[in-house]
Amino acid sequence: MDVMPKWAEVVLVPLISLLLAAILSGLVILAIGEDPIAALKLMIDGALGSTYGWGYTLYYATNFMFTGLAVSVAFHARLFNIGGEGQAMLGGLGVALACLFIPWPHWSLGLLGAIVLAGAFGAIWAAVPAYLQAKRGSHIVITTIMFNFIAAAVLNYMLVNVLRPKGAMDPATARFPEAVHLPTLHDILAPIGISFSKAAPANVSLLVAIVACVLIWLLIWRTKLGYEIRAYGHSESAAKYAGISPVKITMIAMIISGALAGMMAINNVMGEAERLVLNATEGAGFIGIAVALMGRSHPLGVFIAAILFGFLYQGGAELALWTSIPRELIVVIQALVILFTGALDNMVRMPLERIFLALRKGGN
Amino acid sequence: MNNDTTAPAIELKGISKAFGPVQANKDISIRVMPGTIHGIIGENGAGKSTLMSILYGFYKADKGEIFIGGQKTEIPDSQAAIAAGIGMVFQHFKLVENFTVLENIILGAEDGRLLKPSLAKARKSLLELAAEYELNVDPDALIEEIGVGMQQRVEILKALYRQADILILDEPTGVLTPSEADQLFRILGRLRAEGKTIILITHKLREIMEATDTVSVMRRGEMTATVKTADTSPEELAELMVGRKVLLQVDKTPPTLGDVVLDVQNLRVVDEQGVERLKSISLNVRAGEILGIAGVAGNGQSELLEVLGGYADGTGSVTLNGEAIDLTGKYSDGKTRRARGIAHVPEDRQREGLIMDYSAWENTAFGYHDDPAYQSGIFINNAAIRQDTEEKMERFDVRPPNPRLAAKNFSGGNQQKIVLAREIERNPDLLLIGQPTRGVDIGAIEFIHQQIVALRDQGKAILLVSVELEEILSLADRVAVMFDGHIMGERAAGETDEKELGLMMAGVET
Repeated sequence: MDVMPKWAEVVLVPLISLLLAAILSGLVILAIGEDPIAALKLMIDGALGSTYGWGYTLYYATNFMFTGLAVSVAFHARLFNIGGEGQAMLGGLGVALACLFIPWPHWSLGLLGAIVLAGAFGAIWAAVPAYLQAKRGSHIVITTIMFNFIAAAVLNYMLVNVLRPKGAMDPATARFPEAVHLPTLHDILAPIGISFSKAAPANVSLLVAIVACVLIWLLIWRTKLGYEIRAYGHSESAAKYAGISPVKITMIAMIISGALAGMMAINNVMGEAERLVLNATEGAGFIGIAVALMGRSHPLGVFIAAILFGFLYQGGAELALWTSIPRELIVVIQALVILFTGALDNMVRMPLERIFLALRKGGN
Repeated sequence: MNNDTTAPAIELKGISKAFGPVQANKDISIRVMPGTIHGIIGENGAGKSTLMSILYGFYKADKGEIFIGGQKTEIPDSQAAIAAGIGMVFQHFKLVENFTVLENIILGAEDGRLLKPSLAKARKSLLELAAEYELNVDPDALIEEIGVGMQQRVEILKALYRQADILILDEPTGVLTPSEADQLFRILGRLRAEGKTIILITHKLREIMEATDTVSVMRRGEMTATVKTADTSPEELAELMVGRKVLLQVDKTPPTLGDVVLDVQNLRVVDEQGVERLKSISLNVRAGEILGIAGVAGNGQSELLEVLGGYADGTGSVTLNGEAIDLTGKYSDGKTRRARGIAHVPEDRQREGLIMDYSAWENTAFGYHDDPAYQSGIFINNAAIRQDTEEKMERFDVRPPNPRLAAKNFSGGNQQKIVLAREIERNPDLLLIGQPTRGVDIGAIEFIHQQIVALRDQGKAILLVSVELEEILSLADRVAVMFDGHIMGERAAGETDEKELGLMMAGVET
């Protein structure tokens, strides 16, 4: 018998956690002598007050959807993929190779090709730690973290020594050709009469991310593979009894996870920068962990949490731009949200369960 | 009820405790006189453990009072229980494996910052206790190196060292051989003679009859009766526990033997640490026969089931209906075994047989989720599985019959029925079944035993592993006893008894 009704579990708990994080953030802002109400207003205005703000919020959210899904899929197999960052970097390399070296006739084909290559690069980058875990017992948390560093070094080498155009000072690839520039939300929404900011980077990748959410939901809850992944995640001993191979599930779950993280690159590399630069991922791989935690590894939860973190990113950037609140403090606020929604979950859950219990008894 | 003028050692008055909507204890009153052994018997989930947890300070009762030696006592935590002279021996021992006996005994009761004086003091009182109650243990032995019977003595000593006058033992014989259990009861008798009060929680009727002075029966959170053991019978107690007449004996006809279904020759299993767990075992099971594997837990029975079930590697030869079965490699897994007609009800349903967080319907497909009947295109046909589960629940009387409920929310007996329904209804040639009634209530035991015998009567081969000798003797047609990874011997079930098997279980050649 569940103690709390489902709606309280999925809505009330995160909402209260968020509120607590917001109050604490407000106190911190107050402590450095700024006005928290004004700051909140600025964040909301900056992130959601215009289509320009929305464009950025959704752009960040798209990144987080991919990385959040990546972490979620691995979570379902009880694998902690901390390597989303590295996998996304390698995905960027895949996108760059697809865009620079294949003459795509149309952006849609280019996008498909980029998805395939980005996914493949991310998957390979996740497959090595997965193999080491499955066959050698090297802990996947350690290996995926280490692979982040290796990915950064590989990218650095590729950009400085291989992909940098002759004569350029910048460790970045050449700009991608016009044919593979992705339509932004402005381009997509204009034909149906909605005017959306031209400058905002949100692009067609958002739709790909939403499709990915739906597909991952189907995979996890409607297919045999998803059933096996969840079974393995719940109980390895039971999975063995049933004849579900731990090696196979570890490999497949991590490959899917890595591919999703890699696909993030179609948004930031192909959709926004339109060339590959160093540190293109901007920590989105790590935010994915928080997004998956907050979204309870459910694609719908990930979708919502990604938008929330998109809001925090964009609102935070606005805050740093217009007030004397330093950029570092934005990170503090983000960290508080992660802390309350992820790590301190039980702090809210336990008292709430007690309240519901008391209510139910009173009702009897 | 009692005209004695001495105050009861423990008296509980009107204890009630609810967990959410579940009323675990309902207005329970009980008097335990000093210097007696008081049994508490009841099915799983009847509320025995909750009641004892309240007495030991793990839970706080919603209502009711506790009197210790006539004094009203509050027991907010286990420290208070120890201070009140209550000691508890848990079903799963709470010992530090790589500590010595002595170190375990003082753990949590050290005085001062330095260990040495405490150890010296403990050694002295340990010797005194050993002399007084015939509780001999080597104080310097490591826990991991002594047997379970000894470990249990350490638990009892731990309680006595803390000056317990009241000892609560929760299912103490679960891991003991019959002779170890007899020893335990001798020790308990000795403790009683010295004036200690003992509460014995068990689900085994025989132990109640043998060891206790009075017995209280619990059913669904209520105390249904308290009687003098001498004035009652196992049949009456069983009826009080379940609320209806129960068949304690399994009704079965002599077996109709068919061909050899499972043939095992020189099966060896070496675990990851390089320890040989199965030492060249040979056995066979015929169609229409139940082969019972008896033995104390941990003598290789689990490994035998694992290797036959396909999730541990082994060497040797195993054939099913004359055809070889792979013991290693790609085709040695649960899936392949099931496809060959081997069904398996594992020993530990919570770790292996079920996924506790999965709903009943997801568990019904578990291991058989490849079945085309459960698919529609690339997707799993959830509706079809739910439908199938509903029907299985009906046939196996699973309660509540709700396929969407998570496995962890069913009682032990109903969980086992879910596993059993899944495995038996696949119509296997061979059924491997481990501890079929562990943690299962009497009412369900009867049903499960009937199902196993019914499957045998359909001409299927059954390999039954159980640590309950009674179960083996009442179900099996042939009994093999395992000790230390090999088979001590085989007997026809009708031509042996508990005594002989008990000796074989202890490694004595007979």
